[in-house]
Amino acid sequence: MQKTMVEIGNIHDLPLQTGRVVKVNGREIAVFRISSGDVRAVENRCPHKNGPLAEGIVAGEYVFCPLHDRKINLNDGNVQAPDSGCVTTYRVDVTDEKVYISI
Amino acid sequence: MNKRKLVLVGNGMAGVRCIEEILKHNADLFEITIIGSEPHPNYNRILLSSVLAGDADIRDIVLNDYEWYKKHQIDLHTGQTVTRIDVETKRVFTDQGLVVPYDDLILATGSLPVILPLPGADKQGVISFRDIKDCEAMIEASKQYKKAIVIGGGLLGLEAARGLLNLSMEVSVVHIFENLMERQLDPVASQLLQQELEKQGIRFLMGKQSEAVLGEERVTGLRFKDGSMESADLIVMAVGIKPNVELARQSGIEVNRGVMVNDWMETSLPDVYAVGECAEHRTGVYGLVAPLYEQGMVLAKRLCRIDTPPYEGSVVYTKLKVSGVDVFSAGEFMDGAETRAIRVHDEFSGVYKKIMVRDNKIIGAVLFGDTSDSNRILQMMRSGSSIQDLKRVSILENRSAEANSGNDLVAALSDDEIICGCNGVSKGTIVQAIREKGLCSVEEVKQCTSASRSCGGCKPLVANLLESVLGDSVVVSRKEPICGCTTLSREELVAEIKEKQLTTVKEVMFVLGWKETEGCSKCRPAVNYYLNMIWPEEHEDERESRFVNERMHANIQKDGTYSVVPRMYGGVTSPAELKRIAAVAEKYNVPMVKVTGGQRLDLLGVKKEDLPKIWAELDMPSGFAYGKAIRTVKTCVGSDFCRFGTQNSIRMGIDIEKKFERLNTPAKVKMAVSGCPRNCAESSIKDIGVVGIDGGWEIYVGGNGGVHLRGAELLCKVKTEQEVLEWTGAFLQYYRENANYGERTSQWMERVGLTAVQAVLQDSEMRRQLNERVDKALSVLRDPWQQIMEDKQASRMYEELPVLT
Repeated sequence: MQKTMVEIGNIHDLPLQTGRVVKVNGREIAVFRISSGDVRAVENRCPHKNGPLAEGIVAGEYVFCPLHDRKINLNDGNVQAPDSGCVTTYRVDVTDEKVYISI
Repeated sequence: MNKRKLVLVGNGMAGVRCIEEILKHNADLFEITIIGSEPHPNYNRILLSSVLAGDADIRDIVLNDYEWYKKHQIDLHTGQTVTRIDVETKRVFTDQGLVVPYDDLILATGSLPVILPLPGADKQGVISFRDIKDCEAMIEASKQYKKAIVIGGGLLGLEAARGLLNLSMEVSVVHIFENLMERQLDPVASQLLQQELEKQGIRFLMGKQSEAVLGEERVTGLRFKDGSMESADLIVMAVGIKPNVELARQSGIEVNRGVMVNDWMETSLPDVYAVGECAEHRTGVYGLVAPLYEQGMVLAKRLCRIDTPPYEGSVVYTKLKVSGVDVFSAGEFMDGAETRAIRVHDEFSGVYKKIMVRDNKIIGAVLFGDTSDSNRILQMMRSGSSIQDLKRVSILENRSAEANSGNDLVAALSDDEIICGCNGVSKGTIVQAIREKGLCSVEEVKQCTSASRSCGGCKPLVANLLESVLGDSVVVSRKEPICGCTTLSREELVAEIKEKQLTTVKEVMFVLGWKETEGCSKCRPAVNYYLNMIWPEEHEDERESRFVNERMHANIQKDGTYSVVPRMYGGVTSPAELKRIAAVAEKYNVPMVKVTGGQRLDLLGVKKEDLPKIWAELDMPSGFAYGKAIRTVKTCVGSDFCRFGTQNSIRMGIDIEKKFERLNTPAKVKMAVSGCPRNCAESSIKDIGVVGIDGGWEIYVGGNGGVHLRGAELLCKVKTEQEVLEWTGAFLQYYRENANYGERTSQWMERVGLTAVQAVLQDSEMRRQLNERVDKALSVLRDPWQQIMEDKQASRMYEELPVLT
């Protein structure tokens, strides 16, 4: 299925190590700019109890769910041991400082 | 009663230590005057190398600040030098015209650096390494110049060299002998030391005798007897010290190398005493701190007319304070005909240990690379115990690796064994202080007994003592790292942040070798808190290291909505406020409005994007119901309305809340004020609970109504509202500085004990300092709701990102 790319604004709207929320086609997506400057996007629901991941503490390539501290890899969406589960990840492209998400 | 006039000449470590002892024995006996040449209060000269190395600030090494002198009514004159003693009329004269009469006079004039009489030694850029002024000169020179020579490969010279290296200078050390530290080390250890320091970047010119300092106005280099030359922009002479005896000599006091004293530190003149580096006792002149303190203690007792055994000389030992190099030396260390040695030399790990034995007794030691045995060996030397029954090599085995061996060792010591050689603190004194004052950290032992206050060498021994007295539970909690990303405990982390002047979370994690470069959800908020606590003015709060509640300034709920609690000081509100709250709740369809346990109104179920608008319309300050911070002060009706109220609890509660609102604390802090012992505000299960009684207030601390129900303990009774604020401020700050992040006051109090907290807070000077620090922390805080409303950029972060295409 063909994915569509949507523009969600300028890279500078994303403060470092902080998440923001965007709603696309009825999905809620958490968008993060990690310290390296790269942008990551994952589904904004922790598989444990639907915690809003956009509000979690970001450390390196991980986010910690703000509700019960599950640790989630932003690259592949995998919940880290001892917990398990996975969240959907989305491809992000940054062109001319504009951020696009493929969905 | 007429007090005797006691004059101390010299404001250094030895003399002031003696005064401290006198004050401890009898603070009312003397009217004390101290005259010192340096323009500073008493500071720790041993730590000058740390200042030079950039590990400490000059302020950090002050032993007694100006307040201390004031508090003890000591008349202090700094920046002037005593030039004459009139022994007939018993008066001293200074170079600035001051004349001070004395009944008793202590000379503690210390020593002077030896300046080699080389031609050109008076040029600019030739200095010694002795006081703060020299340190400053070196730091200053390093900003402009590149190349330094240190003359002297002894203890002082090497510390100076290492310091200059830290200041990014190229450093060469010139030494007249073939071996470094030849007065403390044998040739093997000396070689190892040289190799290590060469690795660190210091050049050595050994066996070189300096002949002349080159240059016009400023030094450009150094010429040696053998004709060779070495260029330099700075020359530091660290070839030794000589007792400063000029004043004594001119005053007709008997002087040899130093001012001659007997076993009671008496000079040849009546009522004139000498201690410290200027004194010569039984032909011994000491340049190390421990003997000087021992002398001071004997003299203090003598002056206070307390029986004391005489001073009979000291066992001296040396530790090099250079980063990356552990060197220890004590007593006789050179191999001789009558001595035999036990030796270990591990060339792989760079460890060399040698113990000298005569008649089955240890008479000296050299340790290189691993000095963890130094205290034990020193004890064995001091006690003169026979080693006949010991397995020889086991004396050198590092037993600290084995669990509890250190504890066994201290347990076996008798009560009068000296643990801290510098300050002469015995095992008995420390154990008694731990038991009676409820001490539970090395830092507290240091504050309370002065043990490990100077060189810090006995810290491990003090820690062992703590463990042996208090048991394993304390040990476990003391050594727990703050999270899996580091091995550092809270205490270590806080010390490192201060010592290395770390000011951002990133810097902390980078410099202190965090396993995860950006930490985790446990340590990031903790480190951010410690930085705010230590550097309230300098550290900029790091939003991205705050837990969501403190980042959003509202409480996250299970469905991702938030709850908002505006501040109502003391639980008091007004019709106007109630109307505003009602209007906001209606306008934003707030699903529930609830009265909280802390007498506040909670608007539950607010959407994130509505938060800034709600705050704007409420126009009330944030209630901090979401933070590790001061929460609510609950109050009862009190004397305003209540038939039984003895005190105005509402006023008191409002005052407390207004003073401490917004303060960040290790965990949430709940408070209450009750107007009478009926305690309707439930003060006895709060972190701080204040109860009005007839004619005063009781302050309770460490209560908790949560999972682990704990009744608060009575901290103190006071008379005035001002005192309630003073004690509250001091308690809060002490908690802020000493509890682990996330630790409620109840857990913290269980861990440290009421008596330990009381021991600290009962000292009015301590309370004053704690309040000063809490006031500083409070002064930089602003209402976060207000701040976000004023900042468009920050408000936008609450909104969703738009989809543009």
